[in-house]
Amino acid sequence: MTYAKSRFGQLFAGAALAVAVIAAPFQASALEDKLVIVTSYPPDTTVTVSKAFEKKFPGVKVEVLNKSTSSGIKYLQSTAAKNTSDMFWASAPDAFEVLKGDGLLQKYDVKVMGIPEKVGAFPVNDPAGYYKGFAASGYGIMWNTRYMEAKKLPIPKTWNDLTKPIYFGHVGMSAPSRSGTTHLTVETILQGEGWDKGWALVKEMAGNFKTVTERSFGVPDGVNSGQFGLGIVIDFFAFSSKASGFPVDFVYPPVTTLVPANIAIVKNAPHPKAAAEFIEFLLSAEGQEVLLDPKIMRLPVNPATYAKAPKGFPNPFKDSSIGAAVKFDLKKSKSHYNVVNALFDVMVTYRLGDLQAATKAIQSAEAKLAGKPSGEAKKLIAEARALLGKVPVTEKQADDKEFNKIFTTKRKKASTEVKGRQAEVEREWDTAIKANYAKAKELAEKAISMM
Amino acid sequence: MKSLSQSHWGPGALAVCLSLFLVVFLLVPVAKVIYVAFQHPNTGALTLINFFDFFNNSLFRESFLNSVYVAGMAVLVSSLIAVPLAYFTTRFTFGGAVLIQTLGIVPLIMPPFVGAVAMLLLFGENGSVNLLLNDWFGFTVPFMKGLNGVVLVESIHYFPFILINLSAALLNIDRAMEESAQNLGASGTRLFCRIVFPLAMPGYVAGASLVFLKVFDDLGTPLLLNINNMLAPQAYLRITTIGIGDPMGYVISVILVAFSLFSLWVSFLALKGKDYATVQKGGGGLMKRDLRKWEKVGCYAVVILILVMVLSPHIGLALLSFGTVWSFSVLPDAFTIAHYENVFRTATQYISNTLLYAGLAALIDVAFGTAIAYVVWRTGLPGRQWLDYIAMGAVAIPGVVLGIGYLRTFIEFQVPIIDKPLATWWVIIVVALAIRRLPYALRACVAGLQQVSIMLEEAAENLGATKSRTVWRVVVPLMSGGILAGFVTSFATAAVELSATIMLVSQQSDAPLAFGIYEFMQSAAGRGPGAALGIVAVIIVGIATYVSHTVIESGERKRQAGAAVAAAAGA
Repeated sequence: MTYAKSRFGQLFAGAALAVAVIAAPFQASALEDKLVIVTSYPPDTTVTVSKAFEKKFPGVKVEVLNKSTSSGIKYLQSTAAKNTSDMFWASAPDAFEVLKGDGLLQKYDVKVMGIPEKVGAFPVNDPAGYYKGFAASGYGIMWNTRYMEAKKLPIPKTWNDLTKPIYFGHVGMSAPSRSGTTHLTVETILQGEGWDKGWALVKEMAGNFKTVTERSFGVPDGVNSGQFGLGIVIDFFAFSSKASGFPVDFVYPPVTTLVPANIAIVKNAPHPKAAAEFIEFLLSAEGQEVLLDPKIMRLPVNPATYAKAPKGFPNPFKDSSIGAAVKFDLKKSKSHYNVVNALFDVMVTYRLGDLQAATKAIQSAEAKLAGKPSGEAKKLIAEARALLGKVPVTEKQADDKEFNKIFTTKRKKASTEVKGRQAEVEREWDTAIKANYAKAKELAEKAISMM
Repeated sequence: MKSLSQSHWGPGALAVCLSLFLVVFLLVPVAKVIYVAFQHPNTGALTLINFFDFFNNSLFRESFLNSVYVAGMAVLVSSLIAVPLAYFTTRFTFGGAVLIQTLGIVPLIMPPFVGAVAMLLLFGENGSVNLLLNDWFGFTVPFMKGLNGVVLVESIHYFPFILINLSAALLNIDRAMEESAQNLGASGTRLFCRIVFPLAMPGYVAGASLVFLKVFDDLGTPLLLNINNMLAPQAYLRITTIGIGDPMGYVISVILVAFSLFSLWVSFLALKGKDYATVQKGGGGLMKRDLRKWEKVGCYAVVILILVMVLSPHIGLALLSFGTVWSFSVLPDAFTIAHYENVFRTATQYISNTLLYAGLAALIDVAFGTAIAYVVWRTGLPGRQWLDYIAMGAVAIPGVVLGIGYLRTFIEFQVPIIDKPLATWWVIIVVALAIRRLPYALRACVAGLQQVSIMLEEAAENLGATKSRTVWRVVVPLMSGGILAGFVTSFATAAVELSATIMLVSQQSDAPLAFGIYEFMQSAAGRGPGAALGIVAVIIVGIATYVSHTVIESGERKRQAGAAVAAAAGA
């Protein structure tokens, strides 16, 4: 503050201080009477937190609008001209990136102290200051203990375990295009294992899928009710299900990442002061403790709060094995965000039947091969596996800016022109993928007939 | 059909108002969205290239065929459920006919996604039934696997459309027709197949075409069962995942609309050139017939079997609402009423909102449905058929598309006095519900009107009644069965609508029931309270339906009694 040395500067600083001193108590008592939050969280989370907030600030009535992350984004985009929402509150940082890119978020500087810079390998807050992390989330495998006992299935520890034939038809997951958290899971695997190996792993797991659910909550729901035994989910779904009494459990595989769940103030918010106070509350020791409520069960970002956590609750600030193996690169994720979504849908979601059939054939061929030195059949199976895991796009192409333009959702100006259409590209992929799966199945069956 | 009156002024003004409403709240918002289907994704120029992409993609072709298959099978299965229920309860002395009719409507008043949750718990691969089968006999039946699951859930959910419309039509048939047939020696199935069913054809076709259309563009059920390879889910997934700029979702919407209109046209053709009107309204001739003892036993067995099947989602939901934890077991681990306490403590607002919205929407629907039916079938206004087509077109507009269209169209329109954008005012939810459910009310009103002989109106006018008096005193009372059917269908289904409202609810205090259930169902601890809220919804709408049934029945009885007195006095 060099200018403070000048007389004018001192005067200015003094005046500013005076205004701040006068305004401070006034500000605190002059919170608006209402706060409108758009969120993807269930009432269990929102009601519990906003009750605690309302208790502390009795004059403010919190209105919660529950929408899925993607329709929440669409809602804010559609209503931006006459914005009535104050805050956006959801898990996936990418969703906030989208809103930030559209200029729909308001910058905010947090006053609360004691929140570290990073959780796992991920910065807690948006470096540009638009959205703030309030909890950490990791991704892993959840299972129904009754189901596992009834079907005599072993407990998996890693993503690779899920590719074993014993889990065929027992696993559920959502699609990255449907669920921000699932996108992060897939992206983590791709970054942790590399593009080609990562996709091969994802598709081998997907071969064991029973279903690809439409909502991210469809996965814990399916595991809880026993529709399928295992699910690939975000941690708090599993913790809160367990806390609600369901016979389920959860493990973090080594290749996972911890990502902050976020909150931000919407631009032109009608109740900005109450919104700011909500962020402060959520990050305070008091607010962080609410996250440990059995119905919420999210990892707080304040390390001190873990002292109050129940026994066995994971602490990423102590247990460095969680989310440390992969250094998640948000920039890289952003560079091929839509391509990954489209690829997963074309290869897995919409062709799950073909993928399952090919996987089944390969698995039975491998089972038959076990212990037999049949060189020719082995070669055929390896060939089938390679076909099954093949991705129609190289990493270089997926990261290519021009190629990504085909998948960008918006033409900003009428003059923008791009080559190729998404539907056209997907059609080409679909044709190739369908042929690959059919061929892989054929090869595996041929291998079986040779033994 | 020739017009009765020389002056077109009254109906003309009415038709203009109706068209204006439809243009503002249906055509403009949808056009705003569908326009995208004809835009080149790269240049923004008008083009058909997107349709070329659609038909070249094997996934889309497959989705199209799957949708047609599911919709067709659902009509078949729903007919198997609905026709016996409708025929037995309207044609024979049958204890508890009103109860059965009401129970038969109950499936409609549950959001399809809730029904699917319950059906999965009971009939899923690891649901109660299959767990038992596996324990006892060592095999399971894939009730809910793939497209079959969709057909099953949809049939159980939508068969009431056929039941309601067919029952209304059966009650409207002049029983003298049946009497004559019986006098000439027809009975049993022959009487049904040759006389009764053909005369009730308008009601059946109205119901069946609704089932076909609804199933064809239903979103919730396939999504919940994670079936993606159908048209509506494809449209929804494209719009919500790839985003508003991707044209394929809109192309699919256009194709949904086009195919739906095509099948409507086919159903028009099926009825064309035949006269279904009977001079006398049902109830005047033969009273309900008695069944022989063994016939009665058989009928009851069939009815009970059907009811158990169609009520299974409710049984599942009831178990869920009283159960603590239900996981991979035949029944919940223990029972509790805590979920209901939770609901009555926190969620009563959803209930009152729903009653308000659905009630208003259904009133708008029957008023407009009656008006449109009258304009289309009883006046000679040029282009009047278009009113019908456009109103029916709403059935083919996916709720999400309508919701997005409303947001885009009305966000700039500030409502005076309350000073809020129209798109975020709760009234817009009522309008959306009214538009979405207008086709149901309209089909029912048209079926009602088609069965009123035009001779009755001519007679009234010859006796000096004015046009409006004729409509009020003759036409509307005579088609009251159809109007009631329309009101009940609109009300009950609007009460559980989710796809459009999920886009339009702008504050918690405006949220209706289905939205509340959806919210609850998004968390592990919320399944019980969500189910409890669902049960509360079913009971409330069920009671409302039952009351309106009895009200109309007693009204009809009174009118008949009055008519009998008048006739006696005249004699």
